[in-house]
Amino acid sequence: MQVSVDRDRCCSSGLCATNAPEIFDQDDRDSLVRLRQTVFLPSQFADLRLAAELCPSGAITVTEDIGTTPTQETDTAR
Amino acid sequence: MTSTPTAPAVPLPAPHDMRCPFSPPPAYTEAARTSSVTRAELPDGSPCWLVTGYPEVRTVLSDRRFSADARHPAFPLFTPGRRELFARNPSFIRLDDPEHARLRRMVTGDFLVKRVEAMRPGIQQIVDDALDRMTDGTTEADLVAAFALPVPSLVICLLLGVPYEDREMFQRLSRTLLNNTSGVDEVAKAQQELQDYLGGLAAHKKEHPAEDILSRLAARDDLTLQEIASTGILLLIAGHETTANMIGLSTVLLLDRPDQVAKLADPAALPGAVEELLRHTTIVQTGLPRVAVEDVELEGTLIRAGEGVFAMLSTANRDERMFGADGRLPADEVDLDRDARRHLAFGFGVHQCLGQPLARAELQIALATLFRRLPGLRLAAPRSELVFRDDTVVYGLKSLPVTW
Repeated sequence: MQVSVDRDRCCSSGLCATNAPEIFDQDDRDSLVRLRQTVFLPSQFADLRLAAELCPSGAITVTEDIGTTPTQETDTAR
Repeated sequence: MTSTPTAPAVPLPAPHDMRCPFSPPPAYTEAARTSSVTRAELPDGSPCWLVTGYPEVRTVLSDRRFSADARHPAFPLFTPGRRELFARNPSFIRLDDPEHARLRRMVTGDFLVKRVEAMRPGIQQIVDDALDRMTDGTTEADLVAAFALPVPSLVICLLLGVPYEDREMFQRLSRTLLNNTSGVDEVAKAQQELQDYLGGLAAHKKEHPAEDILSRLAARDDLTLQEIASTGILLLIAGHETTANMIGLSTVLLLDRPDQVAKLADPAALPGAVEELLRHTTIVQTGLPRVAVEDVELEGTLIRAGEGVFAMLSTANRDERMFGADGRLPADEVDLDRDARRHLAFGFGVHQCLGQPLARAELQIALATLFRRLPGLRLAAPRSELVFRDDTVVYGLKSLPVTW
């Protein structure tokens, strides 16, 4: 599963950090979303999908990939 | 393909049926049953659209073809007073990006999830103190005046740097601003009073800064005094009215469901229980107004540029397709075991409630503590005598007589 966060779109609702605090954080300087991990376990996939679904500004995108897991993830904002 | 609906327009705002005070007004529910997009009419007779379905409400609130800028001449508003208010000094809730994002980002740091988590012991203390005062030497109280309103008012006052002693003034003025029946002059006066009050506080804090939001805003040189005051008004009103009404309404719902109250005592179940209460109650009863700035086709209906839309959070949150599935109780029922995390009680899109982590923490702590400390809590008046606030943006109870 690929996860990307678009900090330009983030509106700091905090829903990602509320529902999946081990995966998502909010930056102390600008309050925008940050990924705490680069590699995700299958046990976290449901949380990741929920975070993307709940994100009000569409800042979190998950892409299901077929094949090997876990995979290297990307953070498009950096 | 688009079609023109033939049903008569729904007059807005529609009243609740007081036999079912926790359900959305029947006119909205009826409209939702037929279509997700319905013709509606503002009190001045001008047409607009009522959007009632879950996916459609999400679309309206997250699609930039719908603007939140209330200075747009076709922006749908219930009262001339509200138009006057937003035209004068819009806060960021009624602006589009990039203006909205610029102003909102000035205060997002104060509502970070981890910052709110760190405030939990302080909120717990405020809740405990309010209950100590309420129960001191008596076994009866108005829960709204003694608990539901003081708790979030104290919290937002501390955060903003507003003296709590001034609560009678700002609570009265915010009720005027939120009421659908307030006249233009009344709204303009209340707005000006609050603007002067918060502007004055900010000017003082520029010279004598403290550890609070107004001080931090006042210290910036990229904000006008008007922007600081408007942001302050927004946070002050949104910070106390909403949570106060959620506490009052949730308490009545829970008093009717003693079997479900145990969920509040389980720290693992408490957050989910509060999400379900937020979903079911959805206190922003008038919906969220937007104006289309381009033609948009929604559920087969063409909404033209320049037409107003109300995104009804309350009916979206009762959408059976979204919340009634998986063998759970129908969406109209309260089910504290339901996974209600996808609810829209805080709105959706870039305007989604900035204070939602704080609202969650306050509701979790206030409700869990109330029912733990007063296990014998019950209504002190007949159910039929409860008076609901049907004429305001935020639904709620005028008072809530309880005994324990």
